[in-house]
Amino acid sequence: MASCGIAAGGGPVFDRLHELLDSREDVEIKKVGCIGFCYMEPLVEVEKDGVCVTYGEVDSALAEEIVRKHVDQGEILKEHVVLHNADEAPENPRMENQVRIVLRNTGLIDPENIDEYIARDGYKGLEKAIREMTPMDVIQEILDSGLRGRGGAGFPTGLKWKFAHLAKNDKKYFVCNADEGDPGAFMDRSVLEGDPHSVLEGMAIGAYAIGADEGIIYCRAEYPLAIKHLNTALDQAREKGFLGENIMGTGFNFDIHIKEGAGAFVCGEETAMIASIEGKRGMPRPRPPFPANSGIFGKPTNINNVETLANIAWIITHGSKEFSKYGIGRSRGTKVFALAGKLNKGGLAEVPMGMPLRDVIYEVGGGIPDNKKFKAVQLGGPSGGCLPEELLDTPVDYESINATGAIMGSGGMVVMDESTCIVDVAKFFLSFVQKESCGKCPFCRIGTKRMLEILERISEGRGTLEDLDLLAELAVQIKDGSLCGLGQTAPNPVLTTLKYFRDEYLAHIEERKCPAKVCTTLIHYSIDPEKCIGCTKCARNCPVEAISGEIKKPHVINDDICVRCGKCIEVCPVGAVTVE
Amino acid sequence: MTPLTTEGLEDLEARMKPLVTRYKGRKGITIPLLADVQKELGYIAEEAVDYLSRELDLPAAELFGVATFYAMFRLQPEGKYVVRVCRGTACHVQGSALIGEQIQRHFNVKDGETTEDGLFTLQYVACLGCCSLAPVMMVGNEVHGRLTPDKAIQVLETYRAKA
Repeated sequence: MASCGIAAGGGPVFDRLHELLDSREDVEIKKVGCIGFCYMEPLVEVEKDGVCVTYGEVDSALAEEIVRKHVDQGEILKEHVVLHNADEAPENPRMENQVRIVLRNTGLIDPENIDEYIARDGYKGLEKAIREMTPMDVIQEILDSGLRGRGGAGFPTGLKWKFAHLAKNDKKYFVCNADEGDPGAFMDRSVLEGDPHSVLEGMAIGAYAIGADEGIIYCRAEYPLAIKHLNTALDQAREKGFLGENIMGTGFNFDIHIKEGAGAFVCGEETAMIASIEGKRGMPRPRPPFPANSGIFGKPTNINNVETLANIAWIITHGSKEFSKYGIGRSRGTKVFALAGKLNKGGLAEVPMGMPLRDVIYEVGGGIPDNKKFKAVQLGGPSGGCLPEELLDTPVDYESINATGAIMGSGGMVVMDESTCIVDVAKFFLSFVQKESCGKCPFCRIGTKRMLEILERISEGRGTLEDLDLLAELAVQIKDGSLCGLGQTAPNPVLTTLKYFRDEYLAHIEERKCPAKVCTTLIHYSIDPEKCIGCTKCARNCPVEAISGEIKKPHVINDDICVRCGKCIEVCPVGAVTVE
Repeated sequence: MTPLTTEGLEDLEARMKPLVTRYKGRKGITIPLLADVQKELGYIAEEAVDYLSRELDLPAAELFGVATFYAMFRLQPEGKYVVRVCRGTACHVQGSALIGEQIQRHFNVKDGETTEDGLFTLQYVACLGCCSLAPVMMVGNEVHGRLTPDKAIQVLETYRAKA
């Protein structure tokens, strides 16, 4: 019952199950978080004597059948089974291909019940850290694991903690960056909604390591369910003595409170976040001084991403070697990816670092729907880039992805097919950056606007070849002239698309054509008079009344009024509408 | 939410007083303070900012500076439902632009504006984090996914019928 499950229709299914089973002693109904199989939601799992059967695309009617046949008579409804832990099932490979460390509990426990977290080694990491290890022992363990920041920058977590630990001050802050703002990323949301205690425990261990007594979770306000579950988790953790004064009787004091964001992407940048926490406009600051030495109200501050923190307790309980055995090169451990876009099996998947991009998209993601052709995969959000088919064998690790000109980023992967226009995508990212730029640095504030104007010109068929040189020149200047990561990486989508999809730009400029048939000024809808049967369906459904014609006579679309919404194509019974 | 009239001002002080008690003397509270103002009044009313600035000894310019920086704060009264149409990458690739356009046409409202009947405030937002259900929109706190322009209109008409 995470946001996606509810949005897919899980609410009525849950209610129906409650109606049928509430009064029964022999059956327990549990709400759990997101298991990452979003393409099959709503999902219902039936567990008995250790055998777990998961049904997909469940509605109220199927829920009733599940109760009647499976629960009451032990008869499994094979056609609807998607996962089975003791037998074959169509989606089992998707589960078996994963190594679920961050997602170890998500989808399996009730996030509003701390006892379920505790039953799965919950808070054992904290106990081991504060009872058996010194702060430097903890830091060394995290260093040895090779864990790097999962928010996108990939800075070694152990090293960040070490700096904060070494800063001399009796007041330090430990912050969790839950501002997941990358469009296309929802890994953090799932962990916050489905396993909030993993984050709290990670924070407590980190606070112990650096010597902080106050923790802050900066969570974006667009995640109300995550905030609700975090608040419940905080209350429960305090009740059990895992947070607060004298934790587990060791004299270690640490408590956490939540600060809600207010809709500013730039606040995901650490110095902007610090400004926001201080109650100011979220504008970045120059570094040095680094937050580890001078952060919130001038005190040493350590900020880590949600996914980074969700790894911590597991690493402490299992040991750094168990974590670092996964991965390649300098990218150890696993990474959670949010797969979306033109994909059959969108959702979350946690895989070892170094898996080839091709496998993530086709093996785990199920490939492109409707047999359409793969065009590009967007990695790293607005700071990243679009990679073409030729680069699909690139392993997904920090260094390999950086070498392509994109970045791994927070893990959002948006797949695009032949119906996506790359120029439109570059324009989309620039308009995003334009909206979210805080305005402090002229190159970011004005430079991205100029880049956006050029892209708008190109998408409207008014671009020139000199525009491409101008884009490249502006890109370099914006990178150099920006104080924070937002501006420094804003040109990346344009640079990667210019590098790998130059042909598409040229088509827009030299031929005034949009090959993907997206850019509205460059495409024209028309009705083939030979095919049209004059049924008037198109004219009646056109939202702007752009189509005229008499019954049983061929209809005509007025190009000047047409908004290219595609409704006429959808309703025409004979396929008479074409797009050129 | 109807905009404040001069009669509402006496009422305003009474409504804002609990906020003064809650936040007086504390550091870094501008965002939660403004969020509470918006929750109470439906938007950041100028009169409220002036009152709070005096009572909490914070420059009004600082409060407005924060209110105008963050996208969630509305300086105009908002409708009964805030309709957030997601314009994130996955939703964009799955056609959210058309959904936004259709909503604008059908309800005669632009991005950032409220419908004449005060029911819906339309807001294009960056990413709601429900990408595998793209295209997505939030009406209040409820998420609706797998939309088409028609479905989006249907969903909103259901809210209209309930109101």
